[in-house]
Amino acid sequence: MLQITDLHANVADKPILKGLSLTVNAGEMHAIMGPNGAGKSTLSYVLGGRPGYEVTAGSVRFTPAPFASSEVETPGAASLDFARDERGSVDLLALEPHERAAAGLFLGFQYPVEIPGVSNVQFLREALNSQRKLRGQEPLSGGDFLKLAREKAALLRLDMDMLKRHVNVGFSGGEKKRAEMVQMGILDPRLAILDETDSGLDIDALRVVGEGINAIMRAPDKAVLLITHYQRLLDYVKPDFVHVLAQGRIVKSGGPELALRLEEQGYDAVMADA
Amino acid sequence: MPEAGALPTRREEAWRYAAVEALQGVPLDWREIAVASGESWRDTLVVADREDGTEGMALTRLRIAVGEGARCELFAVLAAAPYARLEVEVTLGRAAHFEFGGITVGGRDSVREFVTRVIHAEPEATSNQTVRSVHWGHGTGNFLGTVEVARDAQKTDAGQSFKGLLLEKGASVNAVPQLEIFADDVKCAHGATVGQLDEAARFYMAARGLSPDAARRLLVQGFIGDALVALDEEDAREALMRTALDKLDRHL
Repeated sequence: MLQITDLHANVADKPILKGLSLTVNAGEMHAIMGPNGAGKSTLSYVLGGRPGYEVTAGSVRFTPAPFASSEVETPGAASLDFARDERGSVDLLALEPHERAAAGLFLGFQYPVEIPGVSNVQFLREALNSQRKLRGQEPLSGGDFLKLAREKAALLRLDMDMLKRHVNVGFSGGEKKRAEMVQMGILDPRLAILDETDSGLDIDALRVVGEGINAIMRAPDKAVLLITHYQRLLDYVKPDFVHVLAQGRIVKSGGPELALRLEEQGYDAVMADA
Repeated sequence: MPEAGALPTRREEAWRYAAVEALQGVPLDWREIAVASGESWRDTLVVADREDGTEGMALTRLRIAVGEGARCELFAVLAAAPYARLEVEVTLGRAAHFEFGGITVGGRDSVREFVTRVIHAEPEATSNQTVRSVHWGHGTGNFLGTVEVARDAQKTDAGQSFKGLLLEKGASVNAVPQLEIFADDVKCAHGATVGQLDEAARFYMAARGLSPDAARRLLVQGFIGDALVALDEEDAREALMRTALDKLDRHL
């Protein structure tokens, strides 16, 4: 589903990613761990297409869901389909950020942004319908959208009234992260890249968020890239693969036991015998 | 104030950013309004593109006397005409309230401005003015707001808030708050900021699937919404909001 090959990227002309390669298949959950400054957040921003994150070499192929063929075809729409190669994958780095979202990529933010004056409901409905338009799908009606939003909010135990409030304004750290997961549930991505979704969460919120990730993203046609400092989220969201990102590259990969070893021995010790 | 026939000049404080040359032949008379004691009066003013595509100059001058305990609400969107100006002079009686929400939007070489003079003539009156300006091209938005508090007008509470949002280099906004206070037990607050679209918010919205245009429209909606918060009539609020946002969509 996602194939990153020898990715190099600069931020403000400083090389941060230095030859990162990683393959994520459908149905898999990957955790990326690493010390501060290793390039973890840079990786998520590069994949999301944030301005200022400049790719200098390498490639990223991504395979969106076969959305157009499964839906009634709308002439002139489904513009994303033009970008597919014969195996159905797209050059992710050639897409605009909003096109990446429509292709099925979801970026969970470490610090979700506040948008005063815009309600969650309006924001998410417009976001979802923009995505659907690019995929050549009919927009969702107001009633259908509210039903969907209510269902996902209940899943994350977020009061529906919170969704009527302005995007992230006045939300606590835990509420912001739960709201991110509600957004993920509503937008229903194929690949979620969750950047330190566990930061700022207390134990109870951590469990709710972890269960939310499982409920929304544990599926044969979906995949997750969890970026985290700590092992604790992995108690709730069991990764199939754990990678250590250091100095801009994946230096070690293994199963869930690698995360436990990192927690016990620290990055320096584990990387010493990498 | 200059009378009809004599053109104002930019040397006068209230006209310093005005496109005075556009005023040639335009009647400068004031419309007088009286809001009786205890009454409520609300009006909305929209300067929008005309169906036939012609653009003229739009000058409105209101002189409003608000009686004891009365309430006066005025909401305005200036979204068309090379030069659009709403000038309001309000005199507040005891415990009266004046609420003003104003929005200017525009590009090219347009000048759109609010010039208000709120006179707290008697005690306990309150006033609240919120202006939001969104400009691009070489468009300009101005808010010249004078608050005068008379010697006897104790317990006056007056607020003024201005925020400008510049979508392109070359656009500008001017805020000129002026307070003339002759009483000692008063609250007069004013604030002014100028900024650009929040890049972090734009990327966040893009990451959720909104195109750059859709993200900008939503951010502008959130920004100018402040000026309409006090308008509790939903249909009127939405109509004003649509006028402002449609202008943005058509010209950016």
